[in-house]
Amino acid sequence: MFEPNIIGFCCNWCAYAGADLAGINRNQYPPNIRMIRVMCSGTIDPLYVVKAFKEGADGVFIGGCHPGDCHYQSGNYKAQRRVILLKRAISELGLDPRRIRLEWVSAAEGQRFAKVITEFTEEIKKLGPNPLKLNGVKNED
Amino acid sequence: MKTKKKLKLAIGLGSTCSGCDIAILDLGEKLLELIDIADIVFWPTAFDFKYSDLEKLKDKEIDITLYHGTIRTTEHEEIAHFFREKSKILIAFGSCSCFGGIPGLCNLTDKKKIFDAVYSKNLSTVNKKGIFPEEKMLIDKNKSITLPHLYNTGRSLKDLVEVDYFIPGCPPPMQLIEGLIPLMKDVLEDAQLPVRKTVFGSTKTLCDECPLKKENKMISKIVSLAFTAIDPDKCLLEQGILCMGPVTRGGCEARCINVLMPCRGCMGPVLEIEDQGVAMISAIASILGVKDEENLTDHQIEDLLSGIKDIIGTFYRFTLPDALLNKKIEERR
Repeated sequence: MFEPNIIGFCCNWCAYAGADLAGINRNQYPPNIRMIRVMCSGTIDPLYVVKAFKEGADGVFIGGCHPGDCHYQSGNYKAQRRVILLKRAISELGLDPRRIRLEWVSAAEGQRFAKVITEFTEEIKKLGPNPLKLNGVKNED
Repeated sequence: MKTKKKLKLAIGLGSTCSGCDIAILDLGEKLLELIDIADIVFWPTAFDFKYSDLEKLKDKEIDITLYHGTIRTTEHEEIAHFFREKSKILIAFGSCSCFGGIPGLCNLTDKKKIFDAVYSKNLSTVNKKGIFPEEKMLIDKNKSITLPHLYNTGRSLKDLVEVDYFIPGCPPPMQLIEGLIPLMKDVLEDAQLPVRKTVFGSTKTLCDECPLKKENKMISKIVSLAFTAIDPDKCLLEQGILCMGPVTRGGCEARCINVLMPCRGCMGPVLEIEDQGVAMISAIASILGVKDEENLTDHQIEDLLSGIKDIIGTFYRFTLPDALLNKKIEERR
């Protein structure tokens, strides 16, 4: 059975706190996600996402605050626009855009966090392993 | 009379449009100065030299080689290795050899698709017998002629061999090419040379030397260059025209901006930027649609970004082979 590696970037104020709450509430979700806490979803450079794929991640999850709730006013909007562009860019390069997922999770939504991660893990399982992991970015022939 | 010691200069080429050759010729009177200090031992575009002439040379006998063009075939690869062996200083000259350049966009497709498009599926082409170029052809019983093998992808020079210096630009700006002359004099006099792997040009981005007025970099939509009346004093990005200035190395003295064409990114990224395309994605997302964004629906945001057509071709125009994801990936859908 294919167990995907998912990298999660979660904002300190909402999504990461939501993940904490999921833990306190003992909401179960698959252990495939490796979470990285960042101060704001707006700080996530598309480079982090691309690098994660290059290093063999099967999916990348980005969690931020709901619109209007950003601790820094507009970080989540920036994240949203970056993700839209990045999805278009990676699909032009042949990678499935569903491998990137942006979700708004507030600090009170522990249950929702668990649900979102479960869904995303199921989706990545269906998509299969990251093709870059199997073949690498080969330059020969 | 003692003859003056002169350098040996070679100019090698890969997959190139030869615009870099023209740029060298554009030196004009300075060309005489160059010839005064260097003997050109190889330059296929301008002189009739053969590789067999060069094979007689010892290793490291050529002082400086300028290599321009992407690595696309086995021949280019061979030439690159050959010049690395024979020359003391190998300079990647022009965007193609520095980061892959325009020919590097071939990474978005593959050899088979290119051959199909060129030799059969093209509307003006009739190829009923399905004849495609072959690498080897028998012309006699035991005699055959060969063509170099075409790779599926393009590569930059540094992917293949050690490169000493980089002169980016498509073609490299005149002031950088002129900079070769003092470099040659330094080599001739055994003076201190720049640190290896130096990229010629500014260490700052183009915006630093751009003459246009920058006030508040916030835009509400992307507009097409062809259908917009441009304000000649105002930053092009602020007017909604996609300009690669924020992520591109300066040093060209904003030659495109001066004629009101947006920067296309030919000087490549500055040192701090690992991947020009994603840096531009990040930059453009930060400044776009910032007015009452909390009221925008997802659909409206998609609409905002729909002004950017062909993301890879725009943001990676010159640097695709050097990007992190540098090749079309085949994923089963």
